[in-house]
Amino acid sequence: MNVEAPGSRSARARISGAAIHPGHGHHGEASHGSVRSYLTGFALSVVLTAIPFVLVMTHALPAQSVVPTIIGLGLVQIIVHLIYFLHMNGSSSQVWNNAAFVFTLVVVGILVCGSLWIMYHLNVNMMPGMMPGGQ
Amino acid sequence: MNVHPSPLEAQFAFDAVGAESHDVAHHASSTAPLGFWIYLMSDCILFASIFAGFAVLRGNFAGGPTGLDLFNLPYVAVETACLLVSSLTYGLAMIAMERNDRRQVFAWMGVTFFLGLCFLGMEIHEFSELVARGAGPDRSAFLSAFFTLVATHGLHVTAGLIWMGTMFVHLWRRGLSAGNRTGLICLSLFWHFLDIIWIGVFSIVYLMGVG
Amino acid sequence: MSAVPESFLFGKLTLDAVPWHEPIIMTAVAGMVLAAVTVLGLVTYFRLWKTLWNEWLTTVDHKRIGVMYIILAMVMLLRGFADALMMRTQQALASTGGPGYLPPQHFDQIFTAHGVIMIFFMAMPFVVGLMNIVMPLQIGARDVAFPYLNSVSFWLTVAGAVLVNISLAVGEFAHTGWLAYPPLSELHYSSGVGVDYYIWALQISGLGTLLSGVNLITTILTMRAPGMTMMRMPIFTWTTLCANMLIVAAFPILTVTLAMLGLDRYLGMHFFTNSDGGNAMMYVNLIWAWGHPEVYILILPAFGIYSEVISTFSSKRLFGYTSMVYATVCITVLSFVVWLHHFFTMGSGANVNAFFGITTMVISIPTGVKIFNWLFTMYRGRVRLEVPVLWTLGFIVTFVIGGMTGVLMAVPPADFVLHNSLFLIAHFHNAIIGGVVFGCMAGLNYWFPKAFGFKLDPRLGKVSFWCWLVGFYIAFMPLYALGLMGMTRRLDHVNNPVWHVYLVVAMVGAVLIFCGIIAQIAQIVVSIINRDQLRDVTGDPWDGRTLEWATSSPPPFYNFARIPHVESVDAFWEMKRAGRASAPLPSYQRIHMPRNTGTGVILGGLSVVLGFALVWHIWWLAALGFTAMVALAIIHSFDEDRDYYVPPSEVARIEGSYFEQLTAENQNERPSLAA
Repeated sequence: MNVEAPGSRSARARISGAAIHPGHGHHGEASHGSVRSYLTGFALSVVLTAIPFVLVMTHALPAQSVVPTIIGLGLVQIIVHLIYFLHMNGSSSQVWNNAAFVFTLVVVGILVCGSLWIMYHLNVNMMPGMMPGGQ
Repeated sequence: MNVHPSPLEAQFAFDAVGAESHDVAHHASSTAPLGFWIYLMSDCILFASIFAGFAVLRGNFAGGPTGLDLFNLPYVAVETACLLVSSLTYGLAMIAMERNDRRQVFAWMGVTFFLGLCFLGMEIHEFSELVARGAGPDRSAFLSAFFTLVATHGLHVTAGLIWMGTMFVHLWRRGLSAGNRTGLICLSLFWHFLDIIWIGVFSIVYLMGVG
Repeated sequence: MSAVPESFLFGKLTLDAVPWHEPIIMTAVAGMVLAAVTVLGLVTYFRLWKTLWNEWLTTVDHKRIGVMYIILAMVMLLRGFADALMMRTQQALASTGGPGYLPPQHFDQIFTAHGVIMIFFMAMPFVVGLMNIVMPLQIGARDVAFPYLNSVSFWLTVAGAVLVNISLAVGEFAHTGWLAYPPLSELHYSSGVGVDYYIWALQISGLGTLLSGVNLITTILTMRAPGMTMMRMPIFTWTTLCANMLIVAAFPILTVTLAMLGLDRYLGMHFFTNSDGGNAMMYVNLIWAWGHPEVYILILPAFGIYSEVISTFSSKRLFGYTSMVYATVCITVLSFVVWLHHFFTMGSGANVNAFFGITTMVISIPTGVKIFNWLFTMYRGRVRLEVPVLWTLGFIVTFVIGGMTGVLMAVPPADFVLHNSLFLIAHFHNAIIGGVVFGCMAGLNYWFPKAFGFKLDPRLGKVSFWCWLVGFYIAFMPLYALGLMGMTRRLDHVNNPVWHVYLVVAMVGAVLIFCGIIAQIAQIVVSIINRDQLRDVTGDPWDGRTLEWATSSPPPFYNFARIPHVESVDAFWEMKRAGRASAPLPSYQRIHMPRNTGTGVILGGLSVVLGFALVWHIWWLAALGFTAMVALAIIHSFDEDRDYYVPPSEVARIEGSYFEQLTAENQNERPSLAA
């Protein structure tokens, strides 16, 4: 049993190297983070959640910059979660996870942007009376 | 292989180590998380499709209530806090797992389960309030998309809670076995993934619906 | 269809749900019931229940699951083709003013069922079946990454097919066309259970397909034999990888789209309704965002099959392996940016149409690269004109025509003329029959000896090929002409003597294709009877190049006694050249294998119950079925006895008998296996 401080790097390296997985081919599993990294991620996440909530609730922003701000902060927060909670990184053991993630991002981007673009034009051309706000 | 390597065998270029590591059941500790990750990617596209649907229909109120009329941001902030804190507590459970501390794993998982349950209860309460006010999913296309998106996330949380409940029994029976570790890792991916989806939900549905 | 009051016990289901008064349907139902009873009777008579259960229904062996996928595909091919023949005869009979023999509401169900069955329950299972059988062998693996999940995937696919077939006897199928566009498919216009059958059949089988996609991708990424880098993978494995990436990325979109339609129908929501802010065009947008990648999910593995066949039977390395890989990956990504070409006419305007028209034309470039690679592979090769090669040659010619008509329709102004016409029907049958079906047939003839240990009879194979090829041209070339003349799709009757002639010719073509299918079945039956003459004892009947030929035919359940080491693209070819192939090992190690489980087949059965209950609004049964499924999955997770070791002595015994066979064969006949 390990007695070192849980967050210390050497402790983690030793654990994931040998003690825990007796007899199993352990193919460089991604580390599950330390208390410190979780707390950092959590703190960042709280801040990034609080800012847009406060901005919207206090109407501190001019109307046209609300949406870009919310989306921007949301994206940053997603990245924070990916790094600190899902432990994504550029290590060689994660090549396929990252490749799958990038492919998914491309598909999601195409799907969401494409749908919005197509549906906007369809609405403009085909249903002029039924546009949002036009009723 | 205890026999002396014959010339034939040396020629053969078969890799015994490779053979062992490519056994069907022997690679679970690395294969299962990757497979689950790929499933999560498909789930991500599932949510993206619903988000696309919501984005297209979010202005179609059909004369009914709008987000500004319906959404209670402080309430949503508390829901968000439940999920965020539960992500942290699940992370602490994973660290406890690395330390081989089963009791701590139970404790942090218990807290996570409770927070998930709180979130779910709040969401059900919100939905029932909306339906009672006549703003159910059949009122307008906007509300159909709203309920579908948020409820799909809620159903995923429910599935996560059922899984967590099963995990408790597994842990109780077999402790931190290799199989249970793999299960905990996959569940952690799932739980953190749901948190990321919720970032999209509160940003696009609630904040943009009000702001 | 009047609104039926719902009872608690049976929901909307009453005895009137069975179409007693429709002689054609009742005959078909009687035929299906008779066939099922005969099969069950034979199984009982020959006391095969135990074997069936232990060796097949509960199996987690990827080869057996693949075989069952293909059996499903063949059975559904017959069902789907019966629909096709009925459509062709109806249109031939009802094109001079007469009513024909099919009432409109029945004709509508037939063209819907034909499309749904052929895509989801014929082409998909065929392709997935081939991927299951071949891919793990090609990468030198002992099974897929998640064998139990593989069984679940298969049985969910079967469940979907069963639901579609139940709809023939109980209730009705959708009248809406194979993609069930709203608002027609909304409750207001389709109040019967047809669309509900459609939704649940596709949701259940779609889940199976998705899980299978996750499984096969993980298998390819993590279980390749040592030395097999990505750029040493056989092309079929590459196309399998790309097709499954498309499955994982596209099927969730279908799930969401159908779920939204279901929510509209079941909970009165307004995603696609005409009232309360719904937008039916969103459905069309979403379903084609799945639908176009789906086309490539089917065709990419077929491209892989042609590549393997051409290279093997030309006894040459595939020309331009690297460009083939890049072309495949390009098609994978591009297939996600063309979906609007299915609805140019919906009116998104010039900018949007131009963008998607151009992307559609661009996707023909990597496809063209592939065609040239196949041609150059044959060039100066020693091409052996075996049956799989015939299918491949037929494909190259036919698919080029289909591709060119596709590029033609990618021009938006041209599409405005041709949209929804029979020209379109001819085009996509040209691509799907000429591409996917021919590919499946080539793959069937090519890999059958690997799966069963004996070749398929080549004479009947050739008969089948020529019937299909000639039949295809006679059946679909007239449709191109009819489309240009302005005949739209899905007409149950017209009055036009000029069109009548073309429709009769098309019917003759369909009959000829039917002869091809009969010849196909005869080929399999005759080959089973003559299996001793057609036996493949070497494991390498075609002088193959990739690893699936490096083991016996049929392979032992563990595939490889020792995992091969890969040093180049054509791994087995190199092993043969170096004299390293097919020699017994001095000793064997124990092999770790997964155990069979009945959970998959039971989950499939429960999902049929769930789907049926949801279709008929039998809520208690739906709740019960769903709870049972979740409970079973959880109980399965407590099953700790999932794997076992095959002892070395057992491995030695199995390998020994293979090498005995091999030695006997070598003494009898050919000097050696090596090139």
